[in-house]
Amino acid sequence: MTELVEVKNLRVIARSDSGRETPIVHDIRFTVPRGKVVALIGESGSGKTTIALSLMGYARSGCRITSGSVRIGEREILSLSEAEKAKIRGRNVSYIAQSAAAAFNPARTIMSQVVESAMIHKLMPKAEAEAKAVELFRALALPDPEGVGSRYPHQVSGGQLQRLAAAMALISEPELVIFDEPTTALDVTTQIEVLRSFKSVIRERNTTGVYVSHDLAVVAQIADHIIVLRNGSIQESAPTEQILANAHSPYTRSLLAAANPAVHAQAAPPAEKAEDVPLLEVEGLVAGYGKPGPDGLPNVTVLNDVGLSLQPGTNLGVIGESGCGKSTLARVIAGLLPAAGGRVKFRGETLAGSVADRSKDQLRNIQIVFQMADTALNPTRSVAQILGRPLTFYHDVKGAERTRRVRQLLDLVHLPANMAERLPGELSGGQKQRVNLARALAAEPALILCDEVTSALDTVVAAAILDLLAELRRELKLSYLFISHDLSTVRAICDDVMVLYAGRKVEAGSGASMRAAPLHPYSDLLVSSIPELRTGWLDGLDKKAAEADGGIAAVLARADRCPFVSRCPVRKPGVCDVLEPPVRHLSKGSDILCHLEERELLALGVGA
Amino acid sequence: MTKHTDTIPETRRRMLGAGSLTISMVGAICFCIILFWVVIALVGPWLAPYPIGKIVSMDVFTSPSRDYLLGTDYLGRDMLSRIILGARYTVGVSIAAAFIACTIGVALGMISAVLGGWFDTIVSRGIDALIAIPHLMFGLVIIAAIGSSLPVLVGTLAFLYFPGSFRIARALAVNINELDFVQVAKARGEGFFYTVREEILPNMIGPVLADFGLRFVFIVLLLSGLSFLGLGVQPPNADWGALVRENVSGLAYGAPAVIMPSLAIASLTISVNLAIDNLPRRLRDRLP
Ligand SMILES: Nc1ncnc2c1ncn2[C@@H]1O[C@H](COP(=O)(O)OP(=O)(O)OP(=O)(O)O)[C@@H](O)[C@H]1O
Ligand code: SF4
Ligand SMILES: [Mg+2]
Repeated sequence: MTELVEVKNLRVIARSDSGRETPIVHDIRFTVPRGKVVALIGESGSGKTTIALSLMGYARSGCRITSGSVRIGEREILSLSEAEKAKIRGRNVSYIAQSAAAAFNPARTIMSQVVESAMIHKLMPKAEAEAKAVELFRALALPDPEGVGSRYPHQVSGGQLQRLAAAMALISEPELVIFDEPTTALDVTTQIEVLRSFKSVIRERNTTGVYVSHDLAVVAQIADHIIVLRNGSIQESAPTEQILANAHSPYTRSLLAAANPAVHAQAAPPAEKAEDVPLLEVEGLVAGYGKPGPDGLPNVTVLNDVGLSLQPGTNLGVIGESGCGKSTLARVIAGLLPAAGGRVKFRGETLAGSVADRSKDQLRNIQIVFQMADTALNPTRSVAQILGRPLTFYHDVKGAERTRRVRQLLDLVHLPANMAERLPGELSGGQKQRVNLARALAAEPALILCDEVTSALDTVVAAAILDLLAELRRELKLSYLFISHDLSTVRAICDDVMVLYAGRKVEAGSGASMRAAPLHPYSDLLVSSIPELRTGWLDGLDKKAAEADGGIAAVLARADRCPFVSRCPVRKPGVCDVLEPPVRHLSKGSDILCHLEERELLALGVGA
Repeated sequence: MTKHTDTIPETRRRMLGAGSLTISMVGAICFCIILFWVVIALVGPWLAPYPIGKIVSMDVFTSPSRDYLLGTDYLGRDMLSRIILGARYTVGVSIAAAFIACTIGVALGMISAVLGGWFDTIVSRGIDALIAIPHLMFGLVIIAAIGSSLPVLVGTLAFLYFPGSFRIARALAVNINELDFVQVAKARGEGFFYTVREEILPNMIGPVLADFGLRFVFIVLLLSGLSFLGLGVQPPNADWGALVRENVSGLAYGAPAVIMPSLAIASLTISVNLAIDNLPRRLRDRLP
């Protein structure tokens, strides 16, 4: 039998509080051949995880598998008793979840947890299991494979923890491994390392896998076959190449289109006769958290000497990996976190450090939109109240006029007027993000600080939000400070781009200059880390980026060296680790923070 | 514009909308029991067949009879009247004390959480010190010093129980205060009271109500303890706890004089807790 897994007519239903039952997946049938990886792809709510879990005979609370068959090897999983299912989990089928941190107990060493399932199922003696774990660590390209087992989960980075979770899943040599969005929570640069190591392990061990993701580009690197899901049923199922080259279903095509956001920046109105006063100007900003020390610097300095300038009607993208200080920058500009040094100027006026000391008009002109739409809306207030408050607060609009304006705002963000009475909990992720934007628009600002507004959304929904942002900008003459960790989104919407690393501005230039060589070595790493929508992209990557290990997630900037030195593939020992790099102006028009000169970078092929 | 892609599927929306404001059966029953006791407490004096301290029978610990529906107590007084009139104290004093304790605790907790800084430090340290004092002993000292009266009882009980409320409310508010929607309100320039009242309080109402229920039960028990020691409600008046204690020797005969007030306490405290557990989902499931 070449098929390891065979799923037939699977149907899972959910029961709501009031007892109503709704199918969440239905008519699912697919097979997974031995040694192949099949991907389940779709937006959130499409039933990906539900299907993946039912491969282990498991349904989340409130859900029930009502009919169908799941055969793995010789066993019919759905007819097993609970005890038999428990025996299979971790031994014949193992599961790698999105958040590795949740899979590890912080109080125990990594090694003891990695070998645990082998111990529980009494598969091999402890010493043998540990030797095997070390072997897996090596195969997964973890640094210090012998020593990492004795560390605790908080002593390794998120990307490393995700690989350790894979080791945990693979130790019992399961017949089937389920990967449930294992890289979604990671940065692009970390994602690559994890993908690369997963891929090599899968290939080496001839693992059979089911890979769940919403990201086509990621899946294209790892899966042999792709199943596209929508609202709980299969839209299309075909080999990877065929899906990418020649998708049949319109939905798959819209997914493919969304993976490459259209470039909106060019559609910008011509800058209104070059006003000399920038809309927003930041000079030598120093900021951080904790009590200021004797030197006036905060306990943890997050941003160090960051400057930027934003002309009216243009967009500036800020990119960098998690923890580099992007949100902190937005918080300082919004007045939520007083800076420890430097200045923030709006239309030439220096802004006070804290909200309390700014004028209402200054506050109105700068609005902030947060990353997590879930927490950005007060769950107890209706959409109408949420949108109405800034109207009343800034413009003193009340009563019927307010209702009318709320409807107008909903219309502006393409939401139907009947959404006004809903609570945020009754909206989908994309709808929440639209309300979130509408609330900022209600103030009639000149500048919106968008902090990762699309990061928590599915590709298709995110693309729709980007379209909306571009449209609003055209209609309302807005400027955005657009924060993201995803260079392709930033490129799609921004005129200028600034790259932050560990709280330092390492490169700043026009969007176009980010496409021209040479790049700052870190920008280069970012650019080459964006998965491309074609098979074999991952294999084709040269190994230079592989050296760069995301071990130190938040390297604090130190004055006596380049912040990027520990990960830089082209560093100059004796220079980069002892001297602070200078700012260099490159002929393509951007500024970088690096010891290497333009011709050296070009000669090394950085960004080529 | 791909508008269709980010709408909730119709099925899911129906699930969310339906049942979110319906009260469960258990909740409804409990609510009725609470309401029943509140009404009894209010109209008790007009309902009770006999005056509270009157010895109506020579037989003590009798079983229910036509004249004395719940029998008589250890002195031969009518139990029904004593329970009806005791409701005033148990329901009235305890609810008043629990309400004051929670109101002060929650208000102070939220202010501390949002203001932070030295205010928070001072208030939190002070309240830590209060929590360290044993409740019964402190109650004894105060009431013995000032003398027992209803306002003193309510005040003492509220004082003893607000620190616990403060701690819970502060912990909740600290978390909510960090959420993005509160940050948005602050960035908009909203004032302190608006932020606390509109953004923070509604999101902690569920846990605060649950805490209220627990605190209420503790207060009923402490009040009984005080009465037993002679410092609570003064004889011949008695709250339900005191009724149980004074008639406890009748337990051996299974006298209704001890069973009935116990049932009354149980029905009230259990109902309060179950009613709060069964609040409509919209209220209960609020953050965090
Ligand atoms: N309230 C806080 N107190 C102390 N440190 C903090 C606080 N908030 C953030 N930090 C630290 O400051 C650094 C920068 O955080 P920031 O939120 O600005 O990062 P970011 O670039 O927005 O990351 P992400 O992409 O994950 O949103 C991180 O190391 C973080 O741990
Ligand atoms: S200064 Fe040195 S270490 Fe830093 S980016 Fe340039 S080459 Fe790399
Ligand atoms: Mg952030």
